Amino acid sequence: MGNERTSILVVDDEEIVRESLSGWLEKDGYTVDIASDGASALQKLGAGPRSIMVCDLKMPGMDGLQVLEAAKKLQPDLAVVIMTAYATVDTAVSAMKAGAYDYLMKPFDPEELSLMMQKIVGQQSLVRENAVLRQALEKQHAFRDLYSKSPGMQAVFDLARSAARTSSTILILGESGSGKEVMARAIHAESPRANGPFVDVSCAALTESLLESELFGHERGAFTGALARRKGKFEAAHGGTLFLDEVGDIGPKLQLDLLRVLEERRFHRIGGNETIEVDVRIISATNKDLKKAVAAGTFREDLLYRLDVVRITLPPLRDRKEDIPLLVDRFMERLSVEMKKPLEGVTAEAMEALMAQPWRGNVRELRNVLERGAVVARTPVIQLDDLGLPAKGTAQAEPAQAGGVPLQSLDDVERKYICSVLASTGGNVSASARILGIDRVTLYNKMRKYGVRRDGEPEDADAEAPRRG
Amino acid sequence: MEPIFVWWIGETEPGEAVMDHVRAHLSRAFDRPAVLWASPARPSGAYDEKRRQHQTAPILQWLLEAGPPEGKVLAVTDQDLFIPILTYVFGEAQLGGRAAVCSTARLHEGVDRIGPRLLQERIAKEAVHEVGHAFGLHHCDSPRCVMGRSAGLGGVDGKSHELCGTCRQRLRQPPAVRRPHGQ
Repeated sequence: MGNERTSILVVDDEEIVRESLSGWLEKDGYTVDIASDGASALQKLGAGPRSIMVCDLKMPGMDGLQVLEAAKKLQPDLAVVIMTAYATVDTAVSAMKAGAYDYLMKPFDPEELSLMMQKIVGQQSLVRENAVLRQALEKQHAFRDLYSKSPGMQAVFDLARSAARTSSTILILGESGSGKEVMARAIHAESPRANGPFVDVSCAALTESLLESELFGHERGAFTGALARRKGKFEAAHGGTLFLDEVGDIGPKLQLDLLRVLEERRFHRIGGNETIEVDVRIISATNKDLKKAVAAGTFREDLLYRLDVVRITLPPLRDRKEDIPLLVDRFMERLSVEMKKPLEGVTAEAMEALMAQPWRGNVRELRNVLERGAVVARTPVIQLDDLGLPAKGTAQAEPAQAGGVPLQSLDDVERKYICSVLASTGGNVSASARILGIDRVTLYNKMRKYGVRRDGEPEDADAEAPRRG
Repeated sequence: MEPIFVWWIGETEPGEAVMDHVRAHLSRAFDRPAVLWASPARPSGAYDEKRRQHQTAPILQWLLEAGPPEGKVLAVTDQDLFIPILTYVFGEAQLGGRAAVCSTARLHEGVDRIGPRLLQERIAKEAVHEVGHAFGLHHCDSPRCVMGRSAGLGGVDGKSHELCGTCRQRLRQPPAVRRPHGQ
C-alpha cells in the first residue's frame, strides 16, 4: 500500500482526539505524528517536511487558521485539512482561502476520512510524477543552460556532448546573441575539466598589445607600466578551458602567437625567457565568416585549421522559432528567481508577437525583451505592451522626416544613438549594451568602428565621420 | 501458542452459532486455537450519553483488566461503537496489542431480506479484521483481503474472510518488521 511514506501530522489540543485519529490513520499504514498546539506543530514541521497536516480549528493560543498560514510558509506544498466541530460557511471559506485542502466537521464518517486521505495522497503522487516527468523532459530538451526542442539544435547538443568528453579544440560559430559563450561554458561543465577553471577572453574588447599581455602575461618591466609580473589567461586556465570569444577579431601578430601556442602548448610571458607549459582546452567563437577572412588575407589559414577541429554551429533563433515558448518559460523561471517577483508567463497575444519577431539579436535579445517585460509588468503574466516590442509595420514604415530632420544613413543613426546612450549612462558600457540590446563585445566593436569613446564623444576631434575598424 | 479468546459482551443473548462461526474463522485465519471466553462481566464507563454510543478506548482497556491474562482477546458486542473523532466504527483494536472489539450494531442492514447467514459472515469478517490489527497488520489494498478498509457495509460484503498472501506472509514476520504493504 505504501502509505508509510505519507507522513501525517495531527494537531489538536484534545488528547483523546489526537490519540483516536492518529490510531485510526496508523491502521491505514500512514506514518503519524501528533502535536497538541500550533507552536509544537510548527516546530515539528520545521524539523522535517510532512505530507498532510490535519489540524483542529479551535485551539488555545494559535488557532487552526493561524497554524495553517504559518505552516504554508514553512512548507508550501503541505496539504492541510482543517477539523472543526462548528463548521459554518464562513469558517470553511476562511480555511479554503488560507490555503486549506479541505475541512472536516467533527465527528466525521470513517469513509470520509479515509477517502480524503487517499485523494490527497493520490494527488501528491501525481504532482511528484509530473515533476519527475517534467525534469526528464527538460533534460531531454536541454544541454546545461541551453534549451531547444528543434531537431537541428538537438544534433548540436549531441555533438557538443561528444566533444565535451574529449580535449579537442572547438570552434563555435553563430550570430551575435545565439549563445556561443553559454555553449562554451556548457561544454566545459560537461567535460572532464569541469573542476578546472573556465577562463574567458573577449578578443574584440582589447587592443592587440593589451590582448597579448592578457593572454600570455608579462614580466616586471616588460613594458611601460608593467610594474609587476602578471600571469596571463593561458596560465590561469591551466587544467581547464580557455574561451577565446570573437577570435576572428585578433590581429596578425597575435594570430601567429596563438598558432604557436596551439602547436607547442607552451609560450613565454612578454619580456620573459621562461618557457611555460600549459594544459588547456581551447574553445573559440566568432560570428565572422573565417573562410572569407582567410580568402581576404585577414586571418591565417593555418590558425583556422588549428581552431576548427570540432566545429559547432549555433543556428539563429529565427531558424528555430518553435523554441521560443520553451525559452520564454525558462527565462520566466530565472527572472522570477533573480527579480524575486512572481512571473507565470506571457499572454497569448504577447507570445504571438514574440513568435513574429525577426530576433536579429537572437536569444540574448529575447531575454532582454523579457527582462524589460518582467520589470514593467504589474501582474505575474506579462502583457504585450510590457514587452516594448516595435509596433506592427514599423519596419516597413516610410522614412520619417519629422521636424525637418534630413534623411540619414543607418550607420549615422546608429553612431549617434550609441553616442547618446553612452553619454546618458556616463560611459557605462555594460549598462549601455543592455539598453541597446546587444552584448558588450558588439558594443565595443561598434565603438571601434565609429571611433566613439566610452563617454560617447569622438575618439579625436577629426574623427567625426565613421571609420573602418 | 497463545490462543485467541472470543468474548460476548453484548446486552442481548448471543447466538451460539454466530460466536462459534467467529471462533472458527479466527482459528483458521491466524492458525492457532480460538476459544470462547464466558464471563458475565460487562464494561462500565464506555457509554456516552450524548452520543448514545459506546466509546472503544475504555472497552479495550477494560478487556485487558477483566479478560484473560494472556493471548489476544476479541470482544463482540451488540452496542454501537465510536471513537471520538468518527461518527461510528464497526470495531477497533490495539495495533500490535492484545485487545480488540467489534460490534454487530451496524451489520444488520439487509439481513431480514437475505437471511441470518449474512450477519454471521459480516461479524466473522470484522472479527478477523480487528484481530488482524491486534497482530500488527495494517489496512490492505488488496480488494478481497479481509484487512481491506471497510468503507460501509458494501465494503464489508465485498471482501472475503481470508487474509491475502501478503498479509499472511507479514503475519509470519516478527512484529518489529511488520509494516504495511508496498515497501
